[in-house]
Amino acid sequence: MSANPELEALINQKLDELLPQKLEALLQEREESKTPSMAIIATKGTLDWAYPPFILASTAAALGWDVTIFFTFYGLNLVKKDVSDLKVSPLGNPGMPMKMPFGPDWFKSINWNIPNIVQANIPGFESLATSLMQQTIKNNGVASIAELRELSQEAGVKFVVCQMTVELFGFSHDDFIEGMDYVGAASFLPVAQKADVTLFI
Amino acid sequence: MNFDRELDARGLNCPLPILRAKKALGEMTSGQVLRIIATDPGSVKDFAAFAKQTGNELLSSAENNKEFEFYIKRK
Repeated sequence: MSANPELEALINQKLDELLPQKLEALLQEREESKTPSMAIIATKGTLDWAYPPFILASTAAALGWDVTIFFTFYGLNLVKKDVSDLKVSPLGNPGMPMKMPFGPDWFKSINWNIPNIVQANIPGFESLATSLMQQTIKNNGVASIAELRELSQEAGVKFVVCQMTVELFGFSHDDFIEGMDYVGAASFLPVAQKADVTLFI
Repeated sequence: MNFDRELDARGLNCPLPILRAKKALGEMTSGQVLRIIATDPGSVKDFAAFAKQTGNELLSSAENNKEFEFYIKRK
């Protein structure tokens, strides 16, 4: 092939030495100049589960990332105009501590271990648990869902909504906040494909 | 240390101190310094990560009396 096999061997050897370094540098440069991106699927509609999507989305946007949240199934609750009625249920949720947000410290530290069968039979137990959690959120300087949602939108987080579930649950677009796109899975997947971080919440 | 703007994030919890800082920095000009006071212990690592990722320089990070003080220079 070559008229000078020695020269060719030398070139090959040099290339083997130089190429990996060069490629590494180029890849690193590209990695550094790229805007990170995140795609979140929000499927839960309770007060506790409303936090992770909005905390992560607003923080990622503050770090300069491109963020999209796809709201589907019970996640639709998170984009209703009024989110002050989101509830939390301790029933059948053994991971949730039941602590009082008022009184002296010794009282606040008690974990009220109330059996499911009792919780299920006390009318209004869910409302009680919800108002206790809302008070705890306020006491701890944690943002409200409405505030985090507004901050996310302000920071440029894209909200997209699953049109199929909007119809399935009998909602209309008037039930929801402005500035969202109504799409299907085929629109969301290409966004998720290109995202550096993809979360199902 | 001199600063151009101050953010009182005392009593606020994750991610509010970062979000408020980002907003404040967005309203400042390049080279200006933002002083932040926070009480969230998580904010020490969070502001370091925030500075590293956004390219705004964390000039100093200190704790005194359960309060955390940060100086960030706008990129």
